Amino acid sequence: MTLNILVPAALAYVVFLFVIASLAERRAERLRAEGRRPRFLRSPVVYTLSLSVYCTAWTFYGAVGYAARSGLEFATIYLGPTLVFIGWWWILRKLVRIGKAQRVTSIADLVSSRYGKSNAVGVLVTLLAVTATMPYIALQLQSIALSFGAFAQGAPLAPRQLAMWVAAGLAVFTILFGTRNLDANEQHHGVVTAIAVEAVVKLVALLAVGIWVVWGLLDGPSDILARMAAAERPDWAIQPGRWMGLTFLAGVAVLTLPRMFQVLVVENSDERHLATASWAFPLYLFAMSLFVLPIAVAGLTLLPSGMNPDLFVLTLPHALGQNGLAMLAFLGGFSAATSMVIIAAIALATMVSNHIVVPLWLTSRRRAAARGLAPMREAGEMRGLVLNARRLSIAGILALGYVYFAVSGGSRALAAIGLISFAGMAQVLPALVGALYWRGASRVGALAGLVTGALVWLYALFLPSFGPGVLMSASLMVDGPFGLSWLRPHALFGVAGLDPLLHALFWSLSLNAAAFIAGSLVSFPGPIERVQSAQFVNVYDLEAQTEIPGTRGWSRDAAENEAEDLLAMSQQLLGADTAQAFFLAAAKGQGRSGFLPDPTPDFLDRLERELAGSVGAATAHAMIAQIVGGRLVTVEDLMAVASETAQIMEHSAQLEAKSEELARTARQLREANEMLQRLSVQKDSFLSQISHELRTPMTSIRAFSEILMDDEVTPEEITRYAQIIQDESIRLTRLLDDLLDLSVLENGQVNLDIRTARLGDLIERAVMASNSVPPQRPFTIRRQPGGEEIALETDTGRLTQVFINIVTNARKYCDAPEPELRINTRLRAGRVSVDFIDNGSGIPKESQVLIFEKFARLTDTHQAGGAGLGLAICREIMHNLGGDIAYLPGQGGAAFRVSFPARLRKGASKAAR
Amino acid sequence: MKPPRAPLFLERKTYRRRRLMDAARILPVVGFVLILLPVLWSGGDEGLSTATEALYLFGLWLALVVAAFLLSGPLRKALHPDPDSPPDPATPPRDEDGR
Amino acid sequence: MSHDGSDAAAGDVAPIPDSNPVLTQADRSRFEPSPEPAERRVLVVEDEPNISEAIRYILQRDGFSVTLLASGEGVLETIAAKDPALVILDAMLPGVSGLDILRALRGQPGTAALPVILLTAKGSAQAREQAIEAGASLFMAKPFANAALLEAVRNLVEA
Repeated sequence: MTLNILVPAALAYVVFLFVIASLAERRAERLRAEGRRPRFLRSPVVYTLSLSVYCTAWTFYGAVGYAARSGLEFATIYLGPTLVFIGWWWILRKLVRIGKAQRVTSIADLVSSRYGKSNAVGVLVTLLAVTATMPYIALQLQSIALSFGAFAQGAPLAPRQLAMWVAAGLAVFTILFGTRNLDANEQHHGVVTAIAVEAVVKLVALLAVGIWVVWGLLDGPSDILARMAAAERPDWAIQPGRWMGLTFLAGVAVLTLPRMFQVLVVENSDERHLATASWAFPLYLFAMSLFVLPIAVAGLTLLPSGMNPDLFVLTLPHALGQNGLAMLAFLGGFSAATSMVIIAAIALATMVSNHIVVPLWLTSRRRAAARGLAPMREAGEMRGLVLNARRLSIAGILALGYVYFAVSGGSRALAAIGLISFAGMAQVLPALVGALYWRGASRVGALAGLVTGALVWLYALFLPSFGPGVLMSASLMVDGPFGLSWLRPHALFGVAGLDPLLHALFWSLSLNAAAFIAGSLVSFPGPIERVQSAQFVNVYDLEAQTEIPGTRGWSRDAAENEAEDLLAMSQQLLGADTAQAFFLAAAKGQGRSGFLPDPTPDFLDRLERELAGSVGAATAHAMIAQIVGGRLVTVEDLMAVASETAQIMEHSAQLEAKSEELARTARQLREANEMLQRLSVQKDSFLSQISHELRTPMTSIRAFSEILMDDEVTPEEITRYAQIIQDESIRLTRLLDDLLDLSVLENGQVNLDIRTARLGDLIERAVMASNSVPPQRPFTIRRQPGGEEIALETDTGRLTQVFINIVTNARKYCDAPEPELRINTRLRAGRVSVDFIDNGSGIPKESQVLIFEKFARLTDTHQAGGAGLGLAICREIMHNLGGDIAYLPGQGGAAFRVSFPARLRKGASKAAR
Repeated sequence: MKPPRAPLFLERKTYRRRRLMDAARILPVVGFVLILLPVLWSGGDEGLSTATEALYLFGLWLALVVAAFLLSGPLRKALHPDPDSPPDPATPPRDEDGR
Repeated sequence: MSHDGSDAAAGDVAPIPDSNPVLTQADRSRFEPSPEPAERRVLVVEDEPNISEAIRYILQRDGFSVTLLASGEGVLETIAAKDPALVILDAMLPGVSGLDILRALRGQPGTAALPVILLTAKGSAQAREQAIEAGASLFMAKPFANAALLEAVRNLVEA
């Protein structure tokens, strides 16, 4: 078998993955459009299989090499995670519960969120993760290069070039499928499905090779055991220290590795999947490990000595002529490597963009705003920025992984690199465990522990791993810095004779934990930290968090007019749809109509969590604080709660909730009353208005008819004056028609004339009809031709009437120097919504509730040219069509949303409402 | 709003569920001890052969998987307990810093 | 709040309608060059073009010289320039209201005694009271009889 077959096979496999990922993505998209959850794509089986990113090329190739060198020790790497998973009731359950409750996006986000939403902590964990993962990615690239090399048979092949192409291809795949959405809860269906498929491929491949070795090549289990005894060597003896240390380290790694956290917590869609994974994932690990020793033994006894044991899985079938099996093994290894790289890149990119890029950008924007530069208006700009930051990060991370591979030369054994990575990420453990179980753990402690642990790890393990003389001089390794022998990297404080890995692990974790505990004991946590510590440690008690005082990050209501700013900001981040739906639901929950809920502390908390799902807790918190300012909970607020006894606390909680509710009800009543009064005043003024509207044309008619009765009038004057009389009669008739129309619509006695039409045609008609409306001036209308291909079955005439009214209003009232109207359409779950957004100064908030009321008019008569009935009629029409019309605040101009069912069914109209 | 104090005695069903959770917590501890057992064997002069150790280890591994499987069904149901059942006693309501 | 949205401000937001060319170039050349005696000059301030055209026809037929204004802006200046014998003022004008203009006229020594007929489309008693209070010589509700308007103008001019 040659590269001529191998390269196309690898390419075909990649194409296959692309197809799988895009099919899954499309299916999830379709189900979401129908309002359903992708059930199979998010089943416990897929969840368990996706966890197998734990088994990388290090497992696939390296485990056999490890077993050939050190006997059973390789198993510790899989026994550690096995223990963590069968003990899921201890840690994993809490981790996933908190991850869901806080909408955590990465391990850096979790730790930063717990320690007062501190971005410093987030940055630190991110840097550590990038440093520790880089070699691991390099390792995957190396294994792919090596596996190609095993087939090359002397043919000139440039492993670096090959690795570069692989890295570039993986970057493209990850960017395509890893950065489609922002929100954590609807993420990465395509990627997860592809990973699950790869999990099956690598398992099947390894099992196939194993079964062939045991029963095809050798004579079954007893033969294996006999050969194992024969091949036994002193290196295979279990070393107690390493055995225990590695089991522990692997158990820690399964919690803290960024890619494991990604699939375990972030991509988890249902807590109950953990129950399945608790036995199924250990079973997967068991199956992956079962044939490792037999393959190693077969390789050692059957292949010529001097072959690289890291490649036995590949070389054994290849050398013995089993080309199909060798190909399968190659694809298995390829799967193992690619799945790790993809998930690790996504996880790291999320951290880098949320904790480094976005905070930097926010700071620069705040500076720009302080200098008076224009704030951004376009919804979604920020969302684009975050997504692009992720894309760039992914490319950057893969590039760094490649550079590491190219520079380090990729000569060392696979196992060594993997363990160095594990030990690096293990430094997060004290902060993580403290976050979950210790209320007293503080930000200062976490920072101290992380810095200490990371430095010791760098000094004692990571830097020396490049070999003496590369990054650390040989003399430093032997004699210590400045000749201080107690600071030798491999013998800190005189502890010599330990295995370097164990030595580094022991000192880094002990000093880390000591610094963490000491820092926590001496520092005093800030209010947000204390709130978060309760949210984390007592997560099971706080199912109904909002019921318990003192668990909120926001203490007082924000000013009401800040709700609009919050909506504008959320739209930039979540996209207009999601943000508007969220605000609408919150407003409805408070019993308010429209898009703007009361910005209560509870609402602020929920909004913050929603945003945290996209940009992480620290950034989300900073963004909200920027708008609502000093309404953060204070230490006094917390102390007030804490100093009371439990019972008084509960009592006061009830009272507080009640009085809050009463206050809100009172305010709503007051609002309703004000509205009634305003309406009554309006009705009076309408009567006088209607009198004016009727008398004005009457005056002209009467005056000119009297003139016409005069015999001195010239024939030209007769024609002219008759024309005036006719015009004014028409004006009168139109007014009366409007009044009648409104009355019919309001009583629901209207006969709908249901026809089929294309939405674009109706909009076109409305735009044409409004062209003639004064003032005649340049007026740009921006439409989405693609989005208007929606088939409608409704009263098209009435609908067009509504469109004409809105477009005409925009023409009349948009006060921008270059007036412009955007018309956005969309179809979602059978409902059409059409947004009309102009670039004028919009409608002031106090008028937004009134504009749809009858006779309301914001300007005076002569300019409006009607009696102020237009929007009232529009609203009644939309109700009759089973839809609605609403004012959309926070769009940077006047904006109206018309929504209605694409197909009007009987009973869907006003009668059923 | 939570009840002021967990009741002292529990009905049969809730009692069983509690003991199940205890078992789930103990399982990894037992597993860890058993995994460390080969370390003690190899301490002697005549350490067991790798083949024997491998048989023991993989047998233990499979047993742990089976035990986890048996526990996972009931535990899945206990993840979201009925709203009227008392809260989990393993994480009793605590004031900040356990005061 | 996006801007200080008092009602007046909201009103200002809307564009002013295209200028109302009540007084065309032809009209000007027909009536302006022949200066009439002072007691025959009338100023009409009315924003509805059809109504002001009717008034102009009625008064011109009777030999009055009529100047038309479509809005309340520049009324005082026009009065100073044309020195009319009488002003017919619509109560509801875009921008400044007719009542405000009336009060301004009454406040000036030169125009305090100028006869002013206030026209309004609101027929209520309250509107009439307001008009008299503001100093209107006469209050007429729309629609009016042509003969009645002519009669009133004649009486006020000759008085």
